[in-house]
Amino acid sequence: MTTETYVEKPKTLSELREGIASGRVKAADLAANYYARIEKVNPRLNIYLSLTKERALEQAARVDATAAKGDPLGPLAGIPVGIKDVLVMRGAPATAGSRILKGYHPPYDATAVGRLEAAGAVLLGKLNCDEFAMGSSNENSAYGPVCNPVNPERVPGGSSGGSAAAVAANIAVASLGTDTGGSIRQPASFCGVVGVLPTYGRVSRYGLIAFASSLDRIGPFAGNVRDAATLLGVIAGHDPCDATSSPAPVADYAAECDKGVKGLRIGVPAEYFGKGLDPEVRERIERGIAALKVAGCTIKPISLPLTRYAIPTYYVVATAEASANLARFDGVRYGYRSPSSATLSDMYSHSRDEGFGAEVKRRIMLGTYALSAGYYDAYYLKAQQVRRLLAEEFLRAFTDVDAIVTPTAPTPAFKLGEKTSDPLAMYLADIYTVTASLAGICGVNVPCGATKAGLPVGMQVLAAHLQEGTALRVARAVEAAEIQGSRTQDAIG
Amino acid sequence: MTAKVSVEDVKRVAELAHLELTPAESRSMLHDLNAILDHIAQLGELDTSAVAPLAQVSELEGAGGEGLLRKDAVLPSLDRVGVMAEAPETDQVFFKVPKVIER
Repeated sequence: MTTETYVEKPKTLSELREGIASGRVKAADLAANYYARIEKVNPRLNIYLSLTKERALEQAARVDATAAKGDPLGPLAGIPVGIKDVLVMRGAPATAGSRILKGYHPPYDATAVGRLEAAGAVLLGKLNCDEFAMGSSNENSAYGPVCNPVNPERVPGGSSGGSAAAVAANIAVASLGTDTGGSIRQPASFCGVVGVLPTYGRVSRYGLIAFASSLDRIGPFAGNVRDAATLLGVIAGHDPCDATSSPAPVADYAAECDKGVKGLRIGVPAEYFGKGLDPEVRERIERGIAALKVAGCTIKPISLPLTRYAIPTYYVVATAEASANLARFDGVRYGYRSPSSATLSDMYSHSRDEGFGAEVKRRIMLGTYALSAGYYDAYYLKAQQVRRLLAEEFLRAFTDVDAIVTPTAPTPAFKLGEKTSDPLAMYLADIYTVTASLAGICGVNVPCGATKAGLPVGMQVLAAHLQEGTALRVARAVEAAEIQGSRTQDAIG
Repeated sequence: MTAKVSVEDVKRVAELAHLELTPAESRSMLHDLNAILDHIAQLGELDTSAVAPLAQVSELEGAGGEGLLRKDAVLPSLDRVGVMAEAPETDQVFFKVPKVIER
C-alpha cells in the first residue's frame, strides 16, 4: 500500500450531535475545522469544485444559537455535509462537471438540499463528479478527475466520485450523491464508505440536473450505516415538485438498521460471482456472507439469469433519456454560449460542441441513434421490454428472500487512465449495479474488507422496493462483523 | 438488429443532436458506436413479443406508486431578474439569440 493516504474516519453523527447539543463543540468551529482540512487535502485530491463558506457559516451560527438557547436541534444539527455538483443550491455554482454549465448559479435549492439544511446540516460546498453523472471513474469531469483518498493513483469510482471521496477523506461527515446505473454504490465501494441507493421515487429529484429521468436517484454517503440511514430519513418523502416521488410513508431508517438480522433470508445470485470477478473481491464478499450466516441469516443460492442483459438494456434506456434531457443545453437560457455564431442553428451546435465532453457526446449520439426513425422499435422499445423482464425477475426473487447480496463491483478501484480509452470496458464496470437501477429497487454499499494492497471491497445489499430498512439492517450486520473482525486482527497482530 | 452504423449515419445523428464532430471525432464515434451496438445486439436473443414496455418502475406492484398530481393552480414562479442574470444574452425580458429570419 502506498504511504500517501488521506483516509480518515469521520466521527459519528451521535458523537458530533451530543457535542453540539451540550455546547462542548461549536458548529461554527466544526465547520472551520472542515474547511481547514479541505484546504489541506483538496489540492491533491480535487474533491470539491466550489465552497459555500458564507452559507455554511451562517447556518452553523444558527445551530449554535439554537443550542445555546437549549431549543430542540434537528437530526443533522451542525453536521458538515457536501453536495454532488449535479444538485442545485441557490447562489452556489452548479457545473454538473461540465464546461457547458461553467459559471451557472441556479436561483433555487434542490428539495434534498433544502431538507438537509432544514434538519440543521451545514452545507460545505459542491463535489466533483463525472460530467452530467456519466461515468464510472470520475475521469469525465471537465474539472479534472478526483483521486481516491485510499490511494491517489487510483480512481474513486463514479460518477459520484467526489461524494464518496469526501467522506473517505473526512472532508465531509456525509454527502449527497446520485445513482443512475451505480453512481453511488460503485464509488462508495471503491472508497470504502457507505452509500445508499434509495428506491426510485423515494427521494424527490427536484433540483437534480437530469441525466436519465426514469433511473436517476439521489442518496446519501456516510462513514457508517446508521448515519447513512439518518440522512436517508431526512431527504426521503413525497414532494409536490416531483410527480414521480412516492407518497409511501417514510420509515425510521436509523431505528430499522439496529433491529438485527436473525431469521432474514439472504439470496446469493450465482450470476454475480462468475467470470470477471476479481478473486480477492470474491473472497472478501464470501467472508461477509459467512458473517451474515453467523449473525443468524439463512443463506440461499439463487439465480437471476437475465443479469447479462442488464448492461445493454441500461445503455439504451439511459442514453435515450439523456439525449432528450441534454437537449436543453443550447446556449439560450443558461450556461455556455459559443461566441462566434452567425445563425441560431450554428449557435446551438457550436455551443454544444464546445461545451460537452467526449463521453457526453458519445451518449447523446447513442441515445439519438436509438430513438431515431427506423431504430426505435429495435432498440428503445426492445430495451424497455427487457427492462420489465429484469424487474420481474427481481420481484420473483424477493418472494423467496428478504435481501440479495453481491459484490458491488467486479474489481477494486482501478488506476487513473486504465480504462479511459475503451468506453465499453468502462461500461462493464457497472455490471453488478445497473440491474437494481433498471428494476427501481433499493440497495446499500457496505465496506467489506480490503484487498492485500489495501483497496476497499464493497458488498452490495439489495432489497425490494421501499424495503430500505431491510437493506440497511443487513448492511449494519456486515459492518458490525467487519468492526469485530478488525478488532480481532488487532488483538492477534 | 446487427445494423452497422455508417459514416453517413454518424453525420445524420450528429445533425439531429445538434452536435458538430471533427473528422477525428467522427471516426472514433463510428468505432465506439459500432462496438457498443454490437454489445447491445444480444438483446435480440430474448423473445419479447408478448412483453409490455416498462417506462416507469412506479407502475410495478409494490414499487411505491406516484403521488397525486398537484392542483393545476397558478403559483409564483422563479423571479425573472435572477433567471435572466444567468442567461448569456437577454434584454431583461426576453432571451436573445442570433437572428432567425432576415427582413
